[in-house]
Amino acid sequence: MSFSWAKQYQPTSAFGQWVDERLPLPRFVYNAVGAGYPAPRNLNYFWNFGFLAGAALMIQIITGIVLAMHYAANSGIAFDSVEHIMRDVNSGWLIRYVHANGASMFFIVVYIHIFRGLYFGSYKAPREMLWLLGVVIFLLMMATAFMGYVLVWGQMSFWGAQVITGFFSALPLVGEPIRQWLLGGFAPDDATLNRFFSLHYLLPFVILGVIILHVWALHIPGSNNPTGVNVKSEQDTVPFHPYYTAKDSFGFAIFLIVFAALVFFAPNILGHADNYIPANPLSTPAHIVPEWYFWPFYAILRAFTVDFLWIPAKLWGVLAMFASILLLFFLPWLDRSPVRSGTYRPMFKIFFWILMVDILILAVCGMKPAEEPWVRLGQLAAAYYFAHFLIILPIISKIEKPLPLPNSITESVLGGNNTVGALAGNAA
Amino acid sequence: MVRIIAFLVGLGFVSALLVGVVIPREAVEETASHTFHLHPKEVSFSSDGPLGKFDRAQLQRGFQVYKEVCSACHSMSRVRFGDLAALGYTEGQVKTIAAEWAAETPSINPETGEPATRKSLASDKFPLVYANETAARAAQNGALPPDLSLITKAREGGASYVYSLLTGYTDPPANLPKDAQPGSGLHYNPYFANLNLSMAPPLVADDQVTYGEGAPKATVDQMAKDVAAFLIWTAEPKLENRHHAGLATMIFLLIFAGLTYMSYQSIWADKKAK
Repeated sequence: MSFSWAKQYQPTSAFGQWVDERLPLPRFVYNAVGAGYPAPRNLNYFWNFGFLAGAALMIQIITGIVLAMHYAANSGIAFDSVEHIMRDVNSGWLIRYVHANGASMFFIVVYIHIFRGLYFGSYKAPREMLWLLGVVIFLLMMATAFMGYVLVWGQMSFWGAQVITGFFSALPLVGEPIRQWLLGGFAPDDATLNRFFSLHYLLPFVILGVIILHVWALHIPGSNNPTGVNVKSEQDTVPFHPYYTAKDSFGFAIFLIVFAALVFFAPNILGHADNYIPANPLSTPAHIVPEWYFWPFYAILRAFTVDFLWIPAKLWGVLAMFASILLLFFLPWLDRSPVRSGTYRPMFKIFFWILMVDILILAVCGMKPAEEPWVRLGQLAAAYYFAHFLIILPIISKIEKPLPLPNSITESVLGGNNTVGALAGNAA
Repeated sequence: MVRIIAFLVGLGFVSALLVGVVIPREAVEETASHTFHLHPKEVSFSSDGPLGKFDRAQLQRGFQVYKEVCSACHSMSRVRFGDLAALGYTEGQVKTIAAEWAAETPSINPETGEPATRKSLASDKFPLVYANETAARAAQNGALPPDLSLITKAREGGASYVYSLLTGYTDPPANLPKDAQPGSGLHYNPYFANLNLSMAPPLVADDQVTYGEGAPKATVDQMAKDVAAFLIWTAEPKLENRHHAGLATMIFLLIFAGLTYMSYQSIWADKKAK
């Protein structure tokens, strides 16, 4: 463990000791999420969202396994089997609504988790590996969610699959063969549905594996905190259990209230009416839009309208959409400011909030049909998105003068001598 | 080095986007459906809201409208006759409805094995009106009447859309562009996305359907509302279970949240700033 004062696991019974000497699994859990993991004492509610993301994944896996018992991955009856679950399977409507809205809840908490990391500099040394694994999880989630949406085999499932796999055909030479290889044919059909079902069942367990690495990588340096200041002594930390298990329980209850409100009172509000029409390859919906959690990326994809530097507009869009996520892999080396927390970075803070508004604008543009003013607005918003990460962040981390940092976490919580802190900050 | 490459890549994306912003694009002409298409009318149903319940009498009237008007062309393939018990019909009534249904359930002749039809049972789903899409289009002048089982979920606006469409037929406005005028066999309806649809106005006169005693007067408006309510039920027969379970879940979760909050406060009592 990372801190010398971390509590040691003490088996409380002879049986516990017997197990501990042979397979120290209780010790492992104790050190991971028990009293053996010292966490900063000042973590705010934004630090609940990592746990909530894990909880959302477990809910998806459990409901998904039950759904798979009743679902048929065959283009002739897939849609009917979903309606069979809704109408004939005991509590099937509940399980399916939980699974469908669970995907949205998973993305909501993961987005908040990512934005928390962005604001408080959780991607910076020594937590780069933790951040990189997080981006991998995010990519896997996107692939899983997309394939799960296709399984419903409604109109938006089918045409979504058509559009998303169509991205690949923008690549020169290899594009069309890759698209056919992904689909298993020239258009989404039985082969597509079956492989998506297989992968949709597999990937959540891959995500689970990467989460284990993510939590492992978290435990080497320990959790970041709202001040971004390193843990310096035992009084800066509290044992994870019971302090953060209690706080996470309360956060989980609030999460469940929001989740239940969606599932029981507005289960279709985040979906699209067209997906209650069975897939029909001969009839294209008027507006093909992805689920809400893909809107910002869809806006970036569609923002490129002109050929530029001999690269066709469509290829620009595809490259930009992938780049918009892949650039997160380089973030720890783009932002070189030694100060982690945005609280002490006056310039960074302004641009961070501009980025939040920018992503909201992108989401709206992704939802709207490709008409003015949404196209131009989307182009400007996409330009800011790339400028923010690739140009602005590297520059402000050079020119910005950070505010004085507190001397320690304990001081920031209990309010120590501020003058001393300011002087020490300036001296540093 | 990373930052130099990032800067160049960023410059590339930003330039490509800004060039796109400044290059003028051809103005898109306002289409007629953009101008004349109307959002569904405001209409409320007893099943609305987080705790809404179905009005059984209204569902029965709506079923009667479906049976006597809509079912001539529109199938209801995801609903079983037996499900109608949820509308308050007795077992005997359900059996009679199934046996007397105009379209029969496909079957085979038990002696020859030839395709045949038989009277429906309570356990059967509503039989299809047409054997397949080709038969439907052949009978309907090329149009395909959609199955109505899921229609209130499958249309933006749901039951309000169904109600608006059924009551929304009018003469085309005088300033409607020529290419948006209803062609032969089409009917103008501003609540339909394309403005013109193949379905002739199905509800045309008051008392077209004879409601039982104690029912409100069967105006076109009332019949449209009743059938829309019935179609909310067909799209989600478990709606009341959902609302009911939701209420219980919420009460449980609020108590759970209160308890977890209190335990959080008491555990942290000695760590908080005084």
